[in-house]
Amino acid sequence: MANQISMDELLASQQRGRGYRRRILEVSQRLSALHVAPAFSCLELVDSIYHFCMEDPRAGKDVFILSKGHGAMAQYVVLESLGLMSSAQVLSVCQPGSSIGGHPDRGNPGVVASTGSLGHGLPIALGLAKGSNELKENSQVFLVMSDGEFMEGSVWESLMLAPSLGLNNLVIFVDHNKSISRGKIPVMHPNFLPLSEKIQAFGWETIDVDGHDTSAIVNAFRNRCGGKPLAIVGHTVKGRGVSYMENNPIWAYRSPNPEEYAIAIAELRDPEEANA
Amino acid sequence: MRDAFALALNQASKDHDNIFFVVADISPASSLQGFLADNPDRFLDVGVSEQSLVGISAGLAMKGFRVFAYTIANFVIYRPFEQVRVDLCYQQLPVVLVGVGGGVSYPALGGTHHTIEDIAIMSALPNMTVVSPCDPAEVMAAVVQSFKLEGPMYLRLGKAGEPNFTADAPENFELGKIRKLRNGHGIAIVGYGPIMKMAFDLVSSETLRGKEVAIFSAHTLKPFDDEGMAQILSTFSRVVLLEEHVYSGGLSSHAVRLAWETGVKTDLRLVHLRDEFIHVYGSKEDILAAHGITPERLIQEVFE
Repeated sequence: MANQISMDELLASQQRGRGYRRRILEVSQRLSALHVAPAFSCLELVDSIYHFCMEDPRAGKDVFILSKGHGAMAQYVVLESLGLMSSAQVLSVCQPGSSIGGHPDRGNPGVVASTGSLGHGLPIALGLAKGSNELKENSQVFLVMSDGEFMEGSVWESLMLAPSLGLNNLVIFVDHNKSISRGKIPVMHPNFLPLSEKIQAFGWETIDVDGHDTSAIVNAFRNRCGGKPLAIVGHTVKGRGVSYMENNPIWAYRSPNPEEYAIAIAELRDPEEANA
Repeated sequence: MRDAFALALNQASKDHDNIFFVVADISPASSLQGFLADNPDRFLDVGVSEQSLVGISAGLAMKGFRVFAYTIANFVIYRPFEQVRVDLCYQQLPVVLVGVGGGVSYPALGGTHHTIEDIAIMSALPNMTVVSPCDPAEVMAAVVQSFKLEGPMYLRLGKAGEPNFTADAPENFELGKIRKLRNGHGIAIVGYGPIMKMAFDLVSSETLRGKEVAIFSAHTLKPFDDEGMAQILSTFSRVVLLEEHVYSGGLSSHAVRLAWETGVKTDLRLVHLRDEFIHVYGSKEDILAAHGITPERLIQEVFE
């Protein structure tokens, strides 16, 4: 396959992935509750967009919106790694006096739209993509959505519309962790699945990938057929990276206690550090 | 009013090169043809998708466009309410929500198509500007002045064919300011929207009995002109509030609040819609009558 990312790039992204998770856990120790697991499930998607898909994120030409606003920590730590958000800011999240909170808020560095209420990001992204085309900017709009978000009617309105408007500069990445607040989607809402076939039926190009495999995510983006809006459906694990958090709904909105924190940090050590 | 809006947009597009006109499966007035011919790429029909109408408008506004999102009043604010609140108001984006057929302008279509509490709901939102012009000339002025806003506006329109009666008004239309439309002494009628025709019918009829009834257009419901209203309350011994909207959150409640705050003892008369869904059809006059609003009632409130 053409345009594959290199082994060095892959290893570097994996190292970033562990670092992001340690950083989010560090922030979680300052707060009684934080959306940790929802951020962990979309970290590779967000990292892939910023590091491999967007054309110079610092320039602001391409646009990113985290439509699953409750994954805000994922965006904050990736922005921090790029120097677009300060470390002091990331550490202050949800604290008195901080401008950044549990959901991305427009006006903060790298935050184009205020999200947090699900189903708002996609229509806004359509407007941005349409406006960008009208201005002949030749820019792309990237969106990370949760799968649960696809239960909102506004999503299907805009899914149907985007191909009709020829918005081929619009790319959504679905964090398909198959979890919603009260449990697992296949159990609670079995007819919701399969998801990507539904999106495809609405006129999109869809590609299913392992949503924690950066090379799979980036290769899917780079080797798209084109000519349609693109949906990369990343199959993910909520709480990915910490054994006791994975697929355990109680970690949707909770901070680990000091013992749990130590276990998680140990699991997220870089290999060279673990071998030392 | 629809035609006036379209003409105003045509006109505005000569001064502003960043206008986007977005509709949700509704045909704009034919007088918009000029704008469409000159700016075919600046018209977007999103289909029967009001949540997308507002969300897409927000995205376009983020790109620097001045967006007019246009459909029937109930569809432009009630269906996509959270998009209006979060996408437009919270993010303070300059999108004008154009609501056609506000109030009970669609008398044959039933309560689903009436907006009797829209002013209250839109006024409750931070950053929102709420405007209800009384005639086509005020619509045109409101469109022109909307360009100076940094946030969203709800522009409540009537339908088509409303008469102009503000040509001889002693004051010009200024967003945020109650406008004197007719001089008078002792008695004032203050209202907004096309129902103001009822006030002008009254003063042009023989029922005037030699009295000089003043008329004011309170076209901007938010931000509300407290000062202008307080001035009217302290100047006139009787003030009749006329509105095609329920009491709560409308003009009447503003006037009552200000009367309390200023301590004036004006004889306040409130003419507004009932807090009810009324299952009545017929002409607009029939619907208003079912809500207790008739020319006879207005005469009574003004003179008796």
